[in-house]
Amino acid sequence: MTILTYPFKNLPTASKWALRFSIRPLSCSSQLRAAPVFVFKLYLKAVQTKTKKTLAKPNIRNVVVVDGVRTPFLLSGTSYKDLMPHDLARAALTGLLHRTSVPKEVVDYIIFGTVIQEVKTSNVAREAALGAGFSDKTPAHTVTMACISANQAMTTGVGLIASGQCDVIVAGGVELMSDVPIRHSRKMRKLMLDLNKAKSMGQRLSLISKFRFNFLAPELPAVSEFSTSETMGHSADRLAAAFAVSRLEQDEYALRSHSLAKKAQDEGLLSDVVPFKVPGKDTVTKDNGIRPSSLEQMAKLKPAFIKPYGTVTAANSSFLTDGASAMLIMAEEKALAMGYKPKAYLRDFMYVSQDPKDQLLLGPTYATPKVLEKAGLTMNDIDAFEFHEAFSGQILANFKAMDSDWFAENYMGRKTKVGLPPLEKFNNWGGSLSLGHPFGATGCRLVMAAANRLRKEGGQYGLVAACAAGGQGHAMIVEAYPK
Amino acid sequence: MVACRAIGILSRFSAFRILRSRGYICRNFTGSSALLTRTHINYGVKGDVAVVRINSPNSKVNTLSKELHSEFSEVMNEIWASDQIRSAVLISSKPGCFIAGADINMLAACKTLQEVTQLSQEAQRIVEKLEKSTKPIVAAINGSCLGGGLEVAISCQYRIATKDRKTVLGTPEVLLGALPGAGGTQRLPKMVGVPAALDMMLTGRSIRADRAKKMGLVDQLVEPLGPGLKPPEERTIEYLEEVAITFAKGLADKKISPKRDKGLVEKLTAYAMTIPFVRQQVYKKVEEKVRKQTKGLYPAPLKIIDVVKTGIEQGSDAGYLCESQKFGELVMTKESKALMGLYHGQVLCKKNKFGAPQKDVKHLAILGAGLMGAGIAQVSVDKGLKTILKDATLTALDRGQQQVFKGLNDKVKKKALTSFERDSIFSNLTGQLDYQGFEKADMVIEAVFEDLSLKHRVLKEVEAVIPDHCIFASNTSALPISEIAAVSKRPEKVIGMHYFSPVDKMQLLEIITTEKTSKDTSASAVAVGLKQGKVIIVVKEGVDPKKLDSLTTSFGFPVGAATLVDEVGVDVAKHVAEDLGKVFGERFGGGNPELLTQMVSKGFLGRKSGKGFYIYQEGVKRKDLNSDMDSILASLKLPPKSEVSSDEDIQFRLVTRFVNEAVMCLQEGILATPAEGDIGAVFGLGFPPCLGGPFRFVDLYGAQKIVDRLKKYEAAYGKQFTPCQLLADHANSPNKKFYQ
Repeated sequence: MTILTYPFKNLPTASKWALRFSIRPLSCSSQLRAAPVFVFKLYLKAVQTKTKKTLAKPNIRNVVVVDGVRTPFLLSGTSYKDLMPHDLARAALTGLLHRTSVPKEVVDYIIFGTVIQEVKTSNVAREAALGAGFSDKTPAHTVTMACISANQAMTTGVGLIASGQCDVIVAGGVELMSDVPIRHSRKMRKLMLDLNKAKSMGQRLSLISKFRFNFLAPELPAVSEFSTSETMGHSADRLAAAFAVSRLEQDEYALRSHSLAKKAQDEGLLSDVVPFKVPGKDTVTKDNGIRPSSLEQMAKLKPAFIKPYGTVTAANSSFLTDGASAMLIMAEEKALAMGYKPKAYLRDFMYVSQDPKDQLLLGPTYATPKVLEKAGLTMNDIDAFEFHEAFSGQILANFKAMDSDWFAENYMGRKTKVGLPPLEKFNNWGGSLSLGHPFGATGCRLVMAAANRLRKEGGQYGLVAACAAGGQGHAMIVEAYPK
Repeated sequence: MVACRAIGILSRFSAFRILRSRGYICRNFTGSSALLTRTHINYGVKGDVAVVRINSPNSKVNTLSKELHSEFSEVMNEIWASDQIRSAVLISSKPGCFIAGADINMLAACKTLQEVTQLSQEAQRIVEKLEKSTKPIVAAINGSCLGGGLEVAISCQYRIATKDRKTVLGTPEVLLGALPGAGGTQRLPKMVGVPAALDMMLTGRSIRADRAKKMGLVDQLVEPLGPGLKPPEERTIEYLEEVAITFAKGLADKKISPKRDKGLVEKLTAYAMTIPFVRQQVYKKVEEKVRKQTKGLYPAPLKIIDVVKTGIEQGSDAGYLCESQKFGELVMTKESKALMGLYHGQVLCKKNKFGAPQKDVKHLAILGAGLMGAGIAQVSVDKGLKTILKDATLTALDRGQQQVFKGLNDKVKKKALTSFERDSIFSNLTGQLDYQGFEKADMVIEAVFEDLSLKHRVLKEVEAVIPDHCIFASNTSALPISEIAAVSKRPEKVIGMHYFSPVDKMQLLEIITTEKTSKDTSASAVAVGLKQGKVIIVVKEGVDPKKLDSLTTSFGFPVGAATLVDEVGVDVAKHVAEDLGKVFGERFGGGNPELLTQMVSKGFLGRKSGKGFYIYQEGVKRKDLNSDMDSILASLKLPPKSEVSSDEDIQFRLVTRFVNEAVMCLQEGILATPAEGDIGAVFGLGFPPCLGGPFRFVDLYGAQKIVDRLKKYEAAYGKQFTPCQLLADHANSPNKKFYQ
């Protein structure tokens, strides 16, 4: 052991790790101890590639991701269509239990994100946890923040751990777009509620006489922004036009996403996916929305929102998706004490919001520089970018905004542009366009993709960013856990 | 000059051929010499689409002037002659304006009917060429597309408009006493159907882009863009151009059809209009309605119907001819001159002649949540001013807040606002009973009851809590500002801001300055008024407080004196009448204050109490006479003087006395300019717009005739009809005019 620790002591930036490394083999699995020479080589490699500082902060607990899983993400209306949201969430939770073998009773708290709520299971986190066999003594709550709901679930967990309230958190998200709550109209609801209260037959009859057939027109869950009454696709199309993003650029980017996702799927890189035996149906083992096409095929599609001349089409937008994700987050010392080898640290994060009309989907542009500055990093320090792809046009508009001094000066109060993320480090295993985007669950997928990519590709820092309805945005730094 | 132009065209042609291979040529660059550069129009070619950009120099708007006309035909001829160009896009480079209409000064400069008719015929020829163009032309509309602008647009083969609030289409000619004189009366009915076309032309109303799309007035909508790599307005125009180019190409390639699918209702209407009997009925109905509403005072609407009818019944050649002739006739009428004068005055009164104030008013406080107070609050909060509405009692405050909410909610019902916008606007309003937050106020407007001692009390209370820079404005209609300011610690910060009821509908704001009011205070008040969307006249209050607005109570043309008194409140009117009586003596004699006193004692306080001259009921629009008034009226009946009591005489008694008072205001320096007087009279006091305001009326009708009438009434009624000196001067020298 002394031989192992010796070289590290001379490296000031890595000294803290060195201490950890020297301790870990004692507590870690027998495999590691059985091959000290191999381990040594690994450590050496780690030190060589990661001479950068770690983002640990004094007096704040380090929060780690032990592991995370997700159900396969499916096009809505396919194999998951008869399920309820908590079924999917339960599948993710049992998958996580299986993957991490975490004893259920150590979990202090469970948080799930979701967007379109099933009214019967409005606290879907609790329903899913009970069904998955977690202790009924473990409290659970559900958060909602549009497409960054799972991010909110994770960062809520980070807050609980960092402040010392909890040690072990399960965070996740779920969305089932195959079924959405469709309601009676307000007039019909009012009539029904009044009927409930009516005491005499006379009152009832007089109420019933007020019934009109148009009361039966159903009310669909809003697909548009409440504040602006504009659908997100429409806003994305306008955003793309504002940044002069062409249809071809958008199709090319979508094709890239699908091709990379296909490659990652074929190479087995999407290790966060756990198989799900759907009751009454076959076991689902992989995402079914990955469909690399050709530019010619994509060019044939008609615009989906701004007709007939818009640029956002079904092929360059993320599709309605069913899916759930879950992640085991712990205080670092707790994870180590339990013998885990964490995958990554969850570091600085940032929420931003801006004009929901014209800048609805620019969250990543605003959040990225802020979180980097907070963490003391630059674009160059990031080895893996994982951005949520709501629309090709949205990603490309964000790119153009990040690459524009004019935009930075006039809208972000910055002197210089944010800078472009290098494409070779960007969403290398596909993104929401190809893998799918179950609103409430995407956040955890992004973090796990960043963590897994850092492990696989050998980088230190990952940047996760996403936009969300309401003109909000989120970014978080994921730091690889030293191997 | 002509030669130079010809050479310019030649040189541009040669340059064009050289540069053609690049695919995009900006014409501006090729005509480098100043002589060759067009000032209103430039055009470039993108692929095989010519993009014609209109941008009149030194102006916020594009107007169809003679220069623009000639440059436009020149450019279009080049486009039609070029083999490379297969289609064209017509667009404005100005944000917020496509073409705002014909140049009014150009029309005003015409001396004879023939000249005007000729202008109309020239315009007709140009747009006819556009309509018959073999190369499709797409009008890309961003901003106002009015009058002649709309006529140009509807003669193009295709129209694309931005779905922006500023994008409005309409034919407002009728508001200037004229008619659409460039083929609009003939094309519009074909495009949107006779009923809709007549509605547009007779009301002059502006139509927003989405409505225009539904009517078939435009073919496509383009959403305005937010910030990108350029300022939003700039990029929106660029994007509109890009979209228009794809459509121009599509039209040239016959991939897009310029024909529009009509809805069932539209088809049925169109079918019905092919039956002569139905048409006759429609004309008859519309004519009846117009006669009823204009009472024969405005000649334009009837002529519009006439021209439309001629076109439909006798064919378009007859229609165009009739259009140009009637256009000429109308432009030469007194009514049209009066209305155009008013238009100019209005533009003038939308400017702040005091310059920018030192400090922008961001926090406003209003005292008194009555009709006026709440009305002022409504027009302030929707412009983003943080507004405190204070009253003494919760009931009064509730009513005021509800009034503001209702005003906003009515806009939601009309789809002018979304419910979300309403809520965020409404959150600018704070209702309260105390002076909390007044320490942040930049301006306080008091709209408490018209009682001097009460006004003095609130002024003192407010001055104890407001910051030093804060302005105290009084919305009084009867009390002299200088008397209110008498108890102020800082009279330079006291000003009168007289709004007219209902505040959200009446455009006028009268600002009253005293001897002591500082220039910055005036600047600030005007700035606030402009922000509230008001047309503003500034009047000076002399040592002897004579005020133009006090005339309101005596002369309310559009609503009638009885209705007006009901609206403002009979008790208020009584109060005002008493005050004015004290101050003005004989000049305001004539009415009988006893009538108002009796009404107040019976509790007939007007709309607010449900009974006044009329009876008011919630949700009922019709007004019934209050029959209980008969006894009061009977008891006070004065014997009429038969020699000056014909209908015409009664009207002239009102008008001449009003004119006399107005001229006296100018004579005494209360009014700064005749234009402000005319605007004030028309927008605030309901002086008939067809007469153009008291000063315009004197110019058009003749000072001598008015003085003669006044002298006749003076003999019958006494001093209140004595013509003032300035008016007499004008009568003595016929060359003297208020408007030169």
